[in-house]
Amino acid sequence: MSFEVPQDCRYLDSHEWVRTEDGRARIGISDFAQDELGDVVFVELPDEGDDLASGEDFGVVESIKAVSDVYAPVSGTVTAGNDALVDEPELLNEDPYGDGWMVEVDLADESELDELLSPADYEAQIE
Amino acid sequence: MDERRSPLADAHEAAGATFTDFGGWAMPVEFDSIRTEHAAVREGVGGFDVSHMGEVTVSGPDAQALCQRLLTNDVTALDSGEAQYAAITDADGIMLDDTVIYDLPDGDREDYLFVPNAGHDAAMASRWRDHRDDWDLDATVTNRTTDYGMLAIQGPDAPALLSEVTDVDLLDLNRFAVASGSVAGADCLVARTGYTGEPGYEVLCPWDETETVWDALDCQPCGLGARDTLRLEMGFLLSGQDFDPDDEPRTPHEAGIEFCVKLDTEFVGRDALEGVATEGPAEKLFGVTLVDRGVPRHGYDVETPDGDHLGHVTSGTMSPTLGEPIALAYLPVDYAVPDRSVRVVVRGEPKKARTTAPPFLS
Repeated sequence: MSFEVPQDCRYLDSHEWVRTEDGRARIGISDFAQDELGDVVFVELPDEGDDLASGEDFGVVESIKAVSDVYAPVSGTVTAGNDALVDEPELLNEDPYGDGWMVEVDLADESELDELLSPADYEAQIE
Repeated sequence: MDERRSPLADAHEAAGATFTDFGGWAMPVEFDSIRTEHAAVREGVGGFDVSHMGEVTVSGPDAQALCQRLLTNDVTALDSGEAQYAAITDADGIMLDDTVIYDLPDGDREDYLFVPNAGHDAAMASRWRDHRDDWDLDATVTNRTTDYGMLAIQGPDAPALLSEVTDVDLLDLNRFAVASGSVAGADCLVARTGYTGEPGYEVLCPWDETETVWDALDCQPCGLGARDTLRLEMGFLLSGQDFDPDDEPRTPHEAGIEFCVKLDTEFVGRDALEGVATEGPAEKLFGVTLVDRGVPRHGYDVETPDGDHLGHVTSGTMSPTLGEPIALAYLPVDYAVPDRSVRVVVRGEPKKARTTAPPFLS
């Protein structure tokens, strides 16, 4: 089975992705992660204005069979959560890098991105 | 200890199933998605490999007497070709396992087969032999778990699917009846039993022919994940989780299955259970649905709205059929009634919930 690993994201070894644009970053979980979890039925997100610290858990994703903490790939202040996930948690399964994004943050330190896995490195990890 | 493997394990691997350890067996937990598999059983038909379930046969002149004295139900009420649900209790009335016992068809009135849960087969066969010896009974007890594969074909379309490949007259097979016959050319036992709340069958087939039978039943393959959500919607017990002699010691009356305890028979645990039946249990397994968002899980605490401890969740999930978070929990009897306001503590946060009588699915 092969999983989608978009080239425009960077990754945490715990299967979160971050995609940056104009100093803002969107964060979600990878295609591999959603497949491992199975049917997602509940997502818990931080509030707007909360500070995330890289490597710390910031949310929870629950599937029918498992509960999983979600870790922040980068530090920053939450500017938006994906409210669509409240009523449609299955978006995380259907479109993990698109409509299933979890939070948007103002990056605290762009250099943290260099510490993350490249698409090639992440792909090698999940092979 | 090496994991035990179903005769279909290689086939499931080839089909891309994910596996889990269950009672010492490596079994498929998911083939496609739990939601897809669950819906197939509620709306069409799904097939489960339940070869991890044990099979123990009891034969000989005292086979009935032996089973009668180790099971809570009345085994003498069974005619050949009938089955019943029963609990296996210790002297204190604590449930060691739950099981279905079959009075096997084809004439031999003394042949019984019962189905202990995964990983309990050896212990239950020993229990039968030890008591046979203590009571000086004449019966042969054989653990046949690796002689039989077991498939569950469940859902409203199960009769149509199975009838295509069997010579057993399914119209004649009532609930909890069992017949022997051919399925896809293999000599099998076909029982109208299951654990999903849907019409369906369980097929016991020769271990080496299990794959032939499985392949002949063309339907959605389902894993233990869907089996769990399906049984939980019906409020059916999971041995080792909703009761367990070590971690969750409970009587059948606490677990809500006193219907299969026949106090007018003699069995191990009877006297203790007579006391429980007279006084009534202090706690009962009951349903809880979350009003707030969240998913109740095994082990989560249940509290009053004021934060006083009431009990804990033994099984919980997001019901795929209802789209609601559902759970079973042992609660004090005054809370084991419908529509009481309670809280389920989800990761430290008390979530609003209400009690409800199982089954969750009407």
